[in-house]
Amino acid sequence: MEYTEKVMEHFMNPKNVGEMEDASGIGTVGNASCGDIMRVFLKIENDVIIDASFKTFGCGAAVATSSMATEMVKGKTIQEAMLITNKAVMEALDGLPPVKAHCSTLAEEALQAALWDYAQKNDIVIPGLEEPKEHDHHH
Amino acid sequence: MSMYFDYAATTPLHPKALEAMMPFLTDNFANPSSAYTPAREARKAIDAARKQVACAIGAQPEEIFFVGSGTEADNWAIYGILEAQKKKGNHMIISAVEHHGVLYTCRHLEKQGYGVTYLPVDSEGFVSPEAVRGAIQPDTVLVSVILANNEVGTIQPLKAISEITKAAGIPLHTDAVQAVGHIPVDVNALGVDVLSMSAHKFYGPKGIGAQYIRKGTPILPLLRGGAQERGRRAGTEDVAGIVGMATALTVATKEIAAEASRLTGLRDRLINELLSIPHTRLNGSRDNRLPGNVNVSFSFIEGESLLLHLDMQGCQASTGSACSSGALEPSHVLTAMGISHELTNGAIRFSLGRDTTEDDIIKLVEIVTKSVGRLRELSPLYDDYLKKG
Repeated sequence: MEYTEKVMEHFMNPKNVGEMEDASGIGTVGNASCGDIMRVFLKIENDVIIDASFKTFGCGAAVATSSMATEMVKGKTIQEAMLITNKAVMEALDGLPPVKAHCSTLAEEALQAALWDYAQKNDIVIPGLEEPKEHDHHH
Repeated sequence: MSMYFDYAATTPLHPKALEAMMPFLTDNFANPSSAYTPAREARKAIDAARKQVACAIGAQPEEIFFVGSGTEADNWAIYGILEAQKKKGNHMIISAVEHHGVLYTCRHLEKQGYGVTYLPVDSEGFVSPEAVRGAIQPDTVLVSVILANNEVGTIQPLKAISEITKAAGIPLHTDAVQAVGHIPVDVNALGVDVLSMSAHKFYGPKGIGAQYIRKGTPILPLLRGGAQERGRRAGTEDVAGIVGMATALTVATKEIAAEASRLTGLRDRLINELLSIPHTRLNGSRDNRLPGNVNVSFSFIEGESLLLHLDMQGCQASTGSACSSGALEPSHVLTAMGISHELTNGAIRFSLGRDTTEDDIIKLVEIVTKSVGRLRELSPLYDDYLKKG
């Protein structure tokens, strides 16, 4: 199994690692028994994501997709962030091995779970955003 | 700089094995079944190799059959013994911690209608001989228990198991791929009927293995065709491979006591130092394990990410974890030992060998400690743990 240089770069030197004390929204997806947990923190002001960070338990692809997804979401409006798909994250990393594709799905779900948390806390509705499913993630 | 800690996966070819192989990779390419001088020389080399392999495990030369791999030997043992006793029954007993060569073969046969009992193991990976006794049915025709486990190095009480199978008249097979060449193996002391081994695990070449078959064991061939290996394993012999295997095994057997004791010292030092990293667990037995095997789980981190970190720093190790090498199932060995999924995912195997030095161990511990620390900084599970206190 081969990881691209981009994946290895984001794995060895991940961007945006850490908890965010004043996060506007926090989303956690995955579970330890399936091997991946992603927690994404977003700071949102005036509908713009001004900061993002993460903590991830998982394989190289899980760490790299978390790093890339948080990079991609920074500076975006909520509506723009809703358009960040697992495919976009995967493409930004120059691809993932097929068995690791689920990691990028997890990244997309973590972003949306954090947005959902923000919407709940602020009693707003984000068009197109659905409540995160209780996670039963099978590889 | 590269540091290799994956000798249980494979070993480098011993220079003496290569030297012994060279004539059969170059000048003498004769088919040993042919009737001219070079062919007779090749035949003689195979005969000599058979004696060497037999001698290393306390067998008779006519009880040794060369095969293409440890997996082939495992498959042969199972299919061959079942087929030879078709009229007697179709139930087999294997441990829950078998190598895939045995486990997947039996799972396949189970789908075809055979009965399989999977013997449980305790938290260190040991099979209880009494459990073997309890699992025997009137239609049981095969027991297979791995001698030393490939993931956690646990060495099974084969002697006690063979006393039970012998009394019951049931053939006992053991996958000894990880054991031969590393710990003393004597087929009569163990009392096994069929024993599988593979050359590349003891500094021989890849693509060659051997099957020990005790005289009188009911077993049919897996491969049919030519009369090679006295009609029990067809296919033109890999003369170079056979000679290389025998040479490597002879060298390993000569050095076995000294090397096992040296590796045990390095192993125990590595175990002790790794266990000084907080929230680290040793998987398997502390004492009754292969001299070169260390298997540990680091809580809150996932195995593949640690492997990648180690790889980037020149350390090569292995994992049985869910995400490794595209294997999507968590380790069946660690699961059978009752280890949680989270710890199974964080398990790493370091296997030591001929070229491992004390200096390597010191450097490895430094690199692992640093990498585990970095990955825990990334881990939401570690945060949750710290908050809960």
